[in-house]
Amino acid sequence: MAIVIEPELVGKKKNLVPTKKKGAQYAGRTLVSPAQLRSRKGKTIYWIVLACTLVAFTLAFLFPLYWAVTGAMKSSTELAQMPPTILPQTWHPEVYGDAWEQINLGKYFLNTIVVAGGALAIQLAVDIPAAYALSKLRPKLGNVVLGLMLVTLMLPAAALLVPTYVTIIDVPLVHVNLLNSPAAIWLPAAANAFNIYVLKRFFDQIPDELIDAARIDGAGPVRTLWKIVLPISRPILAVVSILAIVTAWKDFIWPLLVFPDPDKQTLSVVLQRVAIDLPLNLLVAGLVLASLPMVAIFLAFQRQILAGLTAGSLKG
Amino acid sequence: MSSPKSSNVLQPARPAVTPRAGRPVASAQERKKTRLRRKLGENITAYGLLSAALICFALFSWYPIVKGIILSFQQVDFVSDPTWVGFDNFVRLWNDPLFGVAWRNTLLFTAFAIVFGFLVPFFTAVLLNELRHARAYFRLVVYLPVMLPPVVTALLWKWFYDPGPGLFNEAIGVVGLPGSAWLDSSSTAMISLVFVSTWANMGSTTLIYLAALQTIPGELYEAAELDGAGIWKRLRHVTFPQTRFVLLVLLLLQVVATMQVFTEPYIMTGGGPDDSTVTLLLLLYRYAFVYNDFGSASAMSLLLFIALGIFSAAYVRLTKSSD
Repeated sequence: MAIVIEPELVGKKKNLVPTKKKGAQYAGRTLVSPAQLRSRKGKTIYWIVLACTLVAFTLAFLFPLYWAVTGAMKSSTELAQMPPTILPQTWHPEVYGDAWEQINLGKYFLNTIVVAGGALAIQLAVDIPAAYALSKLRPKLGNVVLGLMLVTLMLPAAALLVPTYVTIIDVPLVHVNLLNSPAAIWLPAAANAFNIYVLKRFFDQIPDELIDAARIDGAGPVRTLWKIVLPISRPILAVVSILAIVTAWKDFIWPLLVFPDPDKQTLSVVLQRVAIDLPLNLLVAGLVLASLPMVAIFLAFQRQILAGLTAGSLKG
Repeated sequence: MSSPKSSNVLQPARPAVTPRAGRPVASAQERKKTRLRRKLGENITAYGLLSAALICFALFSWYPIVKGIILSFQQVDFVSDPTWVGFDNFVRLWNDPLFGVAWRNTLLFTAFAIVFGFLVPFFTAVLLNELRHARAYFRLVVYLPVMLPPVVTALLWKWFYDPGPGLFNEAIGVVGLPGSAWLDSSSTAMISLVFVSTWANMGSTTLIYLAALQTIPGELYEAAELDGAGIWKRLRHVTFPQTRFVLLVLLLLQVVATMQVFTEPYIMTGGGPDDSTVTLLLLLYRYAFVYNDFGSASAMSLLLFIALGIFSAAYVRLTKSSD
């Protein structure tokens, strides 16, 4: 099995659909026969199925989100009312502001941004040079090192939860306790075999001639990495970066363990902690606000995120 | 996909290195020496660039693997020094009635999650692949829940499930069906958690299947149709075999992931009602962070790891031999 990302696919618009070279007359031919689709009956069925799918998808995936966004703007009494109202009878957009104040969301947004931003920075700073060294400098025992890194991908994360926690509270050799420090998230995040593998696969496809030419011109490996390799690797860097931020933002169990101090916690940890005591409309408003950055990132970088998805998928 | 070796074939040959004019050709021995020195230098630079990653992996990946095995055979409470206790931790787990319950619940969750989390995304992908309109919309909407933090999803669904003013019983009532106790009944709590995790995760599997479906050559369907195969036969004899590899790999990944379910039961049920949603990871969390018994928690991780390892090995074996 191989995790593959093709550089030419990432930048393109319809990167999920590989263009077919052979049999162009059958391109787009799928399960249902085109002849059947063209018949009057086929067309009717097609439009009915399409309409049903549209309604079903909207109800299943968008409506719950609509329910949350508007639910937050209902008054507490209206929220408890049976049957519930589809549209709020009285709009209370100020609930969002109240939730921000009461949960102290500003502080926790900042905490989460520090955690996610730091995780991104350290992953790039650690994993790019490592992948570059393994791909282009090919040191002795490089394959052994890569193998040892990839082995960690096969381990279920849960199996390492307790021993990693024990490591964090007393880091070997230096004997510091990283509990309540964002470094407890950052450092384990940097040991990311998936990043190294995906980056290495991308660097592998950069022609050696380009690297050799830079060396003949007198550029050292670091300069070559910075000036030649990184600029042409922007697509894969975007994929890795977005993945790093989204993963850090969504993570729950690890931050729950390493941030016992309420002042240091991330949004996910805080929201589940305050969930029981908060009035429902404030809680739902908080949930919506905490998700907004992720939704915004998705809308802005949909192409990179979906490319990263199929990059993580496995081809034979 | 092309390995680095095969991709080199497609690229222009390496330019031949010619000694530069005006420079005396060095003796063979000297050339060997400079080449050695350069190789050494390159190795030093390479390991310099690798050093940060090696330290992070050593401290936070490789060391914990070893540490986990050691802890499984120790008693650790962070007050006194750890002591070796042999298989005591495993015996304690064996004697804990919740341990068996947790295995049963987790396997049940995995079984349900596979039925829903596998069949629903696959047939959704097959359906989407047939539709010629609104494709961007479908892809966008189905993936949207994947972007939500799992804590947000779990808390939202807890509200939707509320048998009082919850969304679901109201929606079901509109159609005229009786409501359900959802999370509040030990018979429906687990399946309710499966629905949440399917809703939250099906976007990624659906889109991966969709990408796999789009690589099936149209000729195959055309040929099958000419041979008189109807839709079901085409699905059975073209679609399944052509996406077999992706299906098998994702199935394995899903089993490994669902065996580690934690966030949904932790937030939505806390393991209840009547321990019906205590999963392995929830119990592991209790052992470590409620009972402060890190030894037993590590022993549990080790058992989970061994179980998943045996399962994965057997799975890979079986699916390979059936070729």
